[in-house]
Amino acid sequence: MRSSVQVSRLFRQCRPQSSTRRAYDHPAVLPSLISTSSPEFVAKAEAMDTLIADLDAKMAAARLGGGEKAIQRMKKAGKKLPRERLSLLLDPHTPFLELSQLAAHEVYSESVPGAGIITGIGRISGRECVVVVNDATVKGGSYYPLTVKKHLRAQEIAQEHGLPCVYIVESGGAALPHQANVFPDKEHFGRIFYNMAQMSALGIPQIAIVHGISVAGGAYVPAMADENIIVREQGRIFLAGPPLVKAATGEEVDEETLGGGQMHSSESGVTDHLARDDEHAIAIAREIVGDLGKAGGQEIPVLPPEDPLYSASELHGIVGTDLRQAFDMRDVIARIVDGSRFREFKKEYGPTIVTGFANVHGYPVGIVANNGILFSQSALKATHFMQLCSQRQIPLLFLVNVTGYMVGSKAERGGIAKDGAKMVRAVACADVPKLTVIVGGSYGAGNYGMCGRAYSPRFLWMWPNSKVSVMGPGQLSQVMATVSKDPTKHATLKEEIEEQSTALYASARLWDDGIIKPTDTRDAVGLALALAARKRGQPGLRRESSTTWDGDAKGFGVFRM
Amino acid sequence: MCVGSTASYLTCRSASTSSSASSLKGRKPHFDKILIANRGEIACRVIRTAKKLGIRTVAVYSEADADALHVRMADEAYCIGPAPSAQSYLRIDKIIDVCKRSGAQAVHPGYGFISENAGFARALVDAGIVFIGPPESAIVSMGSKSESKTIMANAGVPVVPGYHGSNQDPDFLAEQAEQIGFPVLIKATHGGGGKGMRVVHTRAGFLPALESARREAEKSFGNGAVLVERFVERPRHVEVQVFAAADGGCVSLWERDCSVQRRNQKIIEEAPAPGLSPEIRAELSEKAVAAARAVGYLGAGTVEFIFDKDTEKFYFMEMNTRLQVEHPVTEMITGLDLVEWQLEVAAGNPLPLNQEEIPLVGHAFEARIYAENPRNQFLPDSGKLAYLSTPTPTHAFAPAVPITARSASEAMTVAPVVGAMTAPSVRVEQGFEAGAQIGVFYDSMIAKLVVHGRDRTEALRALRGALEEYRVVGVSTNVEFLRTLSGHEAFVAGDVETGFIPKHEASLFPAVGEPDAEVLAQAALYVVLRERPQLTASLWSSLAARRFGGDVYERLITLQTDDASEPIAVHVSPRAQHQFDVTVRAGDSERVFCNISAHLVDSTTLSVTIDGARRSTTVVAHAPSASASERLHVFHGSRKTTLHLPAPSWLLALGGDAHTAARGALRAPMPSVVVDVRVNVGDRVQAGDPVVVLESMKTETVLRALVAGVVRAVGCKKGEMVEEGRELVDVEPEEVSS
Repeated sequence: MRSSVQVSRLFRQCRPQSSTRRAYDHPAVLPSLISTSSPEFVAKAEAMDTLIADLDAKMAAARLGGGEKAIQRMKKAGKKLPRERLSLLLDPHTPFLELSQLAAHEVYSESVPGAGIITGIGRISGRECVVVVNDATVKGGSYYPLTVKKHLRAQEIAQEHGLPCVYIVESGGAALPHQANVFPDKEHFGRIFYNMAQMSALGIPQIAIVHGISVAGGAYVPAMADENIIVREQGRIFLAGPPLVKAATGEEVDEETLGGGQMHSSESGVTDHLARDDEHAIAIAREIVGDLGKAGGQEIPVLPPEDPLYSASELHGIVGTDLRQAFDMRDVIARIVDGSRFREFKKEYGPTIVTGFANVHGYPVGIVANNGILFSQSALKATHFMQLCSQRQIPLLFLVNVTGYMVGSKAERGGIAKDGAKMVRAVACADVPKLTVIVGGSYGAGNYGMCGRAYSPRFLWMWPNSKVSVMGPGQLSQVMATVSKDPTKHATLKEEIEEQSTALYASARLWDDGIIKPTDTRDAVGLALALAARKRGQPGLRRESSTTWDGDAKGFGVFRM
Repeated sequence: MCVGSTASYLTCRSASTSSSASSLKGRKPHFDKILIANRGEIACRVIRTAKKLGIRTVAVYSEADADALHVRMADEAYCIGPAPSAQSYLRIDKIIDVCKRSGAQAVHPGYGFISENAGFARALVDAGIVFIGPPESAIVSMGSKSESKTIMANAGVPVVPGYHGSNQDPDFLAEQAEQIGFPVLIKATHGGGGKGMRVVHTRAGFLPALESARREAEKSFGNGAVLVERFVERPRHVEVQVFAAADGGCVSLWERDCSVQRRNQKIIEEAPAPGLSPEIRAELSEKAVAAARAVGYLGAGTVEFIFDKDTEKFYFMEMNTRLQVEHPVTEMITGLDLVEWQLEVAAGNPLPLNQEEIPLVGHAFEARIYAENPRNQFLPDSGKLAYLSTPTPTHAFAPAVPITARSASEAMTVAPVVGAMTAPSVRVEQGFEAGAQIGVFYDSMIAKLVVHGRDRTEALRALRGALEEYRVVGVSTNVEFLRTLSGHEAFVAGDVETGFIPKHEASLFPAVGEPDAEVLAQAALYVVLRERPQLTASLWSSLAARRFGGDVYERLITLQTDDASEPIAVHVSPRAQHQFDVTVRAGDSERVFCNISAHLVDSTTLSVTIDGARRSTTVVAHAPSASASERLHVFHGSRKTTLHLPAPSWLLALGGDAHTAARGALRAPMPSVVVDVRVNVGDRVQAGDPVVVLESMKTETVLRALVAGVVRAVGCKKGEMVEEGRELVDVEPEEVSS
């Protein structure tokens, strides 16, 4: 966006110019009929601005972590703060796509900003990596249920995209009062290490830096890593701490002797590199990533990027915060895609869904966007379009504002269930990376057809005004009124469901990968498309010549010897 | 010789349009090949003129100068020995040997080294080679101060009045003082260092002063004999460039003023001398020509006078029988190539111009750029020219000056030449390029900056501009001092004297303040910009420091003014591709710059726009040694600010490990010559024992054992040149017995 001029120059060297025609002459350019001075636009924009300001404040607060006292404690110990570590780890002047900044927001009785963990995708030594940083200022970096969920989600993204993982470890392990929701289940603590082993076997590098305590289950993060670093007289790895050791065996031992960097690097072999301090450890990690060999690799965009013709800030006034007010999704698309060019498919058929091809930051993408209720025709059109994209290997972007599929006898007789199912099947099986941005409502079966969380989009983001629930709040209260016997209960339930459908509520529970601002959408989608464009199957190249019964011969990954 | 472009016509003009002084007919040919027995800028200077005239050149060099510029410029070059000049550039036998081997017909000695060595002149003559300089006899006569003064006095050249005789009777001396005229100086005949020296202003004060001077001389030198001389209270150093040819022709190329000196060495020279009346100028020239004639002079020479500012009287001091360092200022105002003249004369030709044809146009300055520390008594510095960038020269030689022949009666006077030039010109005389070592074995002069303007004011303005564009990293230089000097009120007014620097010390050395916040901001921006990743087509680099959800990317750059100072924190946040917000926090003060636009033009040029003012700043990153922290040299306006980029503490800690691992090792602290090695392998040493003696910048440094122990290895030998950081001696520390 900012640098499109330079990037275009890069392209000019290797490709002929795509078009010399004036931008407005292009048949695919979307017109903008928005009047930015209309009262409706102004009111919507004001409402969205307020919402964004509130979001900014909440995110800024979450970025501060566990508060001044904890920060001072870390500083006093000569440690770098979690975000300082992150900043040192990333290449200077490169993007960082942070995930789920508001995770655990108002979920637990105590405040756990960002669920005590920072995750995201950034560049290290010139290659994109997933970074997972324990925030020791938040409850000592211990794992709440949502901490585990956020950690696992980051690993999932790494595995899907073949991105190396760097874990910045300083954690006391599971938050014991929550152990029942942290420890036993499939998607709980143990899954972190399962994922590490699986990714290592797939050839996705796993790097850990131990900056502080890494105890009990937490000890397995560095232990499972392909290569790790420990900070001298600061990082500690042990299965049980001194008090537990004393209780169990009577042995009296201090932390440094029991699991310090010197011991692990020179005797146990649990760690590979001994660092002087945080900065040194991170410098080593950057070098390790630099030496990863072929594990990186990225595809460059197909076309030179171009800014949209219209300002992204106008999205506020187009969409607003009241979901009942309709808007034309093309006005949103026109502010996200390159040159505001959208090569629309089947424009006149099933007009409540908008499908077509565009480029974002030069990466081709097929867009499926809602412009009203889904009818049979709309579902069939979307299905057809997804088949096209799947066949052409073009990633799909869902811009969601859907109240659901049409109901009523006419629709049922028209086989809406059958046609809706086609669309859901197409979404589930489309063999291309999918990205979902919920810009308005995502209700009912429309959520499935528009690639909700259950349909494994590579990334799912919500705008701050958006809502997710089984049906729209209006319908919901009517349904409740008919089924509920106690009208007082009905009122509180309506309120409860209303609150539970908000983006904030959803994001706090990791039903998405974070709330993004409308103006951030183009860049976030672009970065995700850049990740999706990487050659598939690059890390795990050992797929053929199986020597096991039913395995894929991916082997075991890297054992710590 | 002079066919071709106008330019070549102009540069050759001085030698070929000598219509009235000599006709082309009967001119003796130039040499075919000459040897330059020198190095550095003067060797390059001579080679340039030789090339212009189609003369082939032979360079000589020491082992230390194998890659030097003069070696590469010459047609042939011969190594004449190891680095110390006593074993190379001062070796007359080797130089003559090279003359014979190369077939050089003449030798240009430059200045310094053996340029005023009568023995060399004689040896050349004996070998049948022409010495481009005066005859041996003139060198001998002028080499002796007392002899030269007697000759001058007899030739009617004024010398400082005084009594140097053996009659030490107080009343007789007082009588002499009366005759000389007060103020007078009483000086111990065998003295030095100011001991036994008295200035007396009145007859009444003479006898008591004489007595005390005698007493002091007695005590200090065991001899109370004194001499009495006229005391010049505010002396100027004014010298006249003369030229004499074999046919008896002798002219003055006007005077130069070289009053401003430090450590008795000139640093800035100008021509003509400011504030001289035409009469005095004519008189100076006349006396100088008389002096040259008195010793049967040949070639280029300089007659130096003490000029009394108060009385406007001048006295002969000495005659330098060589081409002076500062000869370019004379070239600039006359439009003549003095080296070319030297070659003419040495070839036996008459002088190209008569006295009345010699122009004097505009005003010229020469600033000598030295590797030295003006704020530390101008002590020389030595080291590598890690970075060197100079103003763009407009001329390689003096710009052409039209000649207006005048009648013989007007000799020694100057009529202004109008419309001769339109723009100030800049010449850079240098013998070194970036990468050269300065000041280890030889003189620490790096280069000479020569400017010429229509008048003194214009020339000074050009000089200041050129100095601001002269940038050196690697050694300390006097560039900033010269810049201050050339803008100094008294200097601009032409109010010069030899005591100029001590007199104006306070204003010449303004206190060095903390670096400007703007400079710190630029240094930080330089670091940020140079570390920007190469822009690739991937969005993951082209989106630069993109953050989401209101997060702002920020870089913290830590700077220090020197190794020990409090760190200065500079926060840099990009706003757009080339836009930054910068916050500078030094101590308690904070300065915020919003929306600076900045980009790197090349690896050392930062283009910034701060508060609407756009400027180009040169920033040079340089690490003096592998283990030292990196430094940023920011050339902002006329000031150079050096900032340290502190290495991360872990790096220092690792360095500490290396230090303990080899704690008995002694390394050369600077490039130097090993004068003595005091230990052998196996010797037992105590901590503090002298181990190696080094010499650098003519100063000896004794390296002492850091620990007690046994010498494990000796990595140098006597007389060897060692580079900075070289391990010289390794001492195995003794086990501490408990």
